[in-house]
Amino acid sequence: MTKKILILLFLLIPINANALIEVDITRGNLNPLPLAVSPLSIDEESRKGFEKILEKENIGSEISNIVENNLRISGLFNPLDKKAFLQAPDIANLKPRFEDWNLIKAQALITGKVNYVDDKLRVEFRLWDVLAAKEMMALAFTTVPKNWRRVGHIISDKVYERLTGEKGYFDTRIIYVSEEGPKTQRIKKLAIMDQDGANNKFLTLGNELVLTPRFNPASQMVTYLSYFKNMPRVYLLDIETGIQEVVGDFPGMTFAPRFSPDGKKIIMSFAKDGKSDIYTMDLENRIVEKITNHPSIDTSPSYSPDGKYITFNSDRSGYQQIYVMKNDGSDVKRISFGNGLYGTPVWSPRGDLIAFTKLHKGKFYIGVMRTDGSGERLLTENYYQEAPSWSPNGRVLIFYRETKTNSKGEGFSAKLWSIDLTGYNERQIKTPTDASDPSWSSLLSN
Amino acid sequence: MRLNKIFKNTLLVLAACLVLSACATKKEVATDIQGQMQGDVYTGTDTVEYLAEGVPDRVFFATNESILTTASRETLRAQAAWLRKNPNINVVLEGHADERGTREYNLALGERRANAAKDYLMTYGISSERITVLSYGKERPVDSGSNPLAWSKNRRSVTVKAN
Repeated sequence: MTKKILILLFLLIPINANALIEVDITRGNLNPLPLAVSPLSIDEESRKGFEKILEKENIGSEISNIVENNLRISGLFNPLDKKAFLQAPDIANLKPRFEDWNLIKAQALITGKVNYVDDKLRVEFRLWDVLAAKEMMALAFTTVPKNWRRVGHIISDKVYERLTGEKGYFDTRIIYVSEEGPKTQRIKKLAIMDQDGANNKFLTLGNELVLTPRFNPASQMVTYLSYFKNMPRVYLLDIETGIQEVVGDFPGMTFAPRFSPDGKKIIMSFAKDGKSDIYTMDLENRIVEKITNHPSIDTSPSYSPDGKYITFNSDRSGYQQIYVMKNDGSDVKRISFGNGLYGTPVWSPRGDLIAFTKLHKGKFYIGVMRTDGSGERLLTENYYQEAPSWSPNGRVLIFYRETKTNSKGEGFSAKLWSIDLTGYNERQIKTPTDASDPSWSSLLSN
Repeated sequence: MRLNKIFKNTLLVLAACLVLSACATKKEVATDIQGQMQGDVYTGTDTVEYLAEGVPDRVFFATNESILTTASRETLRAQAAWLRKNPNINVVLEGHADERGTREYNLALGERRANAAKDYLMTYGISSERITVLSYGKERPVDSGSNPLAWSKNRRSVTVKAN
């Protein structure tokens, strides 16, 4: 779908190792860092060039708007109102007058410029520490003009990384299930969009029920459940070519698929005769392995990032609880012991936590616990919500939430939400239709 | 037909009463919304359709359970008798769950419920080759309400003619 793009990236000036500003992302940030995103400056000739190709009046402002929006929704930064800016964008990029930026209380400043060079989009940007009056970072990119949104996301990732010390998550996409129609006859389609909701596209037509799409962490492949021909099976879809295939040859329902961290295997459940067990299939040699063998329901498997362990939920104790086992199915240990039911465990890409859905006394919670089950922390409570998926840096969770209907059964909706691991910064992610089952991609660049 | 339905309803209630008295010591069972639930199993007929006269198409389950109630077994025996009389008819057992559970677990639970019905039909002489199981999890509720009565109608296994 999106062609791999060539982005040339080089350092203009070596990064100053002694950063003065630092944003701590390990705790809820109640005082987001005030920063100024100066519109990227653009000369008149370049402006006209891009206006012709991209139908955007000022591509420099558009790119800086993306950066500003990303940094704002991260909850860690407070981009200041552009109307208060005293210095013109082109001059600011050459040499900021730090007193002016200090005056409006900006602690960091982003400047840059855009050029139209040989039919390409060339962007350079600089990050400045206003208090120390120093340049912290300077980078330039060259790419095809239609990738302008991604340039905005990549700049956001670089700024986030420089200021927090951790990789960003802005140059990413979300695959999810789009929902329409009455609750009793929902039409569901696979859909994909950029992390900020732009470039929404539908990948299936809605002729059959589709559920639980998940990205391959290593490529632009997706695995999901489709009721094609009324036979619920796990499918594999290449979102660049649109080619799809059924995974394995099972005499019954396969569901709850996910990729292994290296993208080479699919792990899923197979239901037969009232019991569901966990299986893997190697995508290269097609070898199927049975991982659990128990008369209970074993489902929602998820690998640890090193591939050595699997977490899943099972009702072998009588009720749905979370377990961890070795990747060959040995050494099964229950890790959830709190009050209520626990499901949909997902291993953090950082390896240290497992996110889950909990049902207790008629409420649904999204929470996290350590991989041995200790340190349970509930992030959000609601009437119905489930299926957390991690941002690639393991700092944000995306999930879906459904509303209660009224006495006439009306008023149902399903929406995507995100929340920081800290429990702060809960936000609805706007989608053109109702939405559920979100899955976050890896970073598209680097 | 209508009379028959009423008669059926009475029978179901009777059967359910038997269950009640049998397990009265276990826990106090809530008397329900307009006599349509026993415990949290649906005993009404609102959503029930008939495969033939006196042969209801569906059975209902308690939350998180796949155990067949006395009433469910009676329904399934009627279905088995009907299937024996009509050897050319095959069926799909569609298993469902309510909205108060995670999507993937509910898919497995729907499969387990439909299999409970399948096993019972098989013990009454219906070949497994005539039965296909299909779980919809919580994807196809019959009642879109967010209340215990609606959920009880949605926890079901429905027998559907396949041909």
